[in-house]
Amino acid sequence: MAAVKLYGPLASTATSRALACLLEKQVEYQLIPVDLKKGEQKKPQFLAMQPFGQVPVLQDGALTLFESRAIVRYIAEKYAAQGTIGLLGKSLAERAVIEQWMEVESQTYNPPSSFLVFQLAFAPLWGIPQNQAEIVKNEKKFSKVLDVYEKRLSESKYLGGDEFSIADLSHLPNTEYIVKATGKSELITSRKYVNAWWEDISSRDSWKKIREMSKAGNKK
Amino acid sequence: MAKIKVYGHPISTATRLVLCCLHEKKVEYDFVLVELSAGAHKQPQYLALNPFGVLPTIQDGDLTLFESRAIAKYLAKKYEGQGTELLGNSLSEQALVEQWSQVEGQSFNSPASTILFQILFVPMSGGSTDEAAVEMNVEKLKKVLDIYEERLSKSKYLAGDFFSLADLQHLPYLDYLVTDCGKGDLISSRKHVKAWWEDISSRPAWKKATGKTP
Repeated sequence: MAAVKLYGPLASTATSRALACLLEKQVEYQLIPVDLKKGEQKKPQFLAMQPFGQVPVLQDGALTLFESRAIVRYIAEKYAAQGTIGLLGKSLAERAVIEQWMEVESQTYNPPSSFLVFQLAFAPLWGIPQNQAEIVKNEKKFSKVLDVYEKRLSESKYLGGDEFSIADLSHLPNTEYIVKATGKSELITSRKYVNAWWEDISSRDSWKKIREMSKAGNKK
Repeated sequence: MAKIKVYGHPISTATRLVLCCLHEKKVEYDFVLVELSAGAHKQPQYLALNPFGVLPTIQDGDLTLFESRAIAKYLAKKYEGQGTELLGNSLSEQALVEQWSQVEGQSFNSPASTILFQILFVPMSGGSTDEAAVEMNVEKLKKVLDIYEERLSKSKYLAGDFFSLADLQHLPYLDYLVTDCGKGDLISSRKHVKAWWEDISSRPAWKKATGKTP
């Protein structure tokens, strides 16, 4: 059976989110890089797959799928019986709580953390002026969100319950950049339970593999 | 068996999404008003249910659940087999429902909610509309709707030829934009988006959710 194709650069948080799930489920894949600097994602060939011109895109046989969080759910469902089991919970109620924290990641964790990653890690690299007022605002916002996570994780080992799930997985890419590339790692490390959770999920084989691949990519 | 309890407010878009889903699935519920003007959503009693202090939250027996899209998905799954099917009929259809639901959450929601906030809610609380922000977000929304126009020229609904959660998720903000924000032209100027909007907004469940039918 042909491997699924994932189009996107590894450095993109959305691409690594999708890849993390493929790795957890031990799905054979082909990672096809997309050169964002050259605007490959805005060319007709790419837009034919993804009309919003964003990465990643998944091709699995006749199915072309975009939006990393949709890709994560599809992979977790389709390959439910292989790789890490229980990524979607073991009951309707467990699944619901996992979906709840997936939405929290998407609507509440992602916006301020993405903003900080862009402003602090990427803007300087790309010669884009930083917006200090907005950085301060988003750091405050993100801190308040993390306070809620701290309480949740003091009561529950993982976001969805006792087991690692796609809810935790979805948080890996942004948190990696926050901790490694923004100079604001203390947002995570100063919170006892958030830090323990971060240490746990980022030491999983799937994330270790992505870190290795990133290192190897950067050496070119 | 106890009915599902919905904690919310009638003007809240996220509350309307959940109510619409309950009506589509023909599920009875009890509505508990959370008085926004009194700041009830930030009080300890509500924060115990939803630590982010936003609406809505549901209680179904032992399960307390927040995030309207997660609630809608839970209801769609739990009540599979009654009312409207909202999740597609195969793994691939389900994936496309999820894809377009994500598009709503990631690309449509932000500009739409900013426009609504500035035009309707800022003046309601005594402030003045930031016209530049409105204009910027109208331009963003136009680009998104152009892509929807293309999609809907090939597909009756977003995920395929069947109504799904992906379409339903768009009802609350589109309704406000058309009805209360004077932005109906964004819809009416796009032939297929217009037809899609007229179709989904005339569904009985939507009318019930917004109190448009007795």
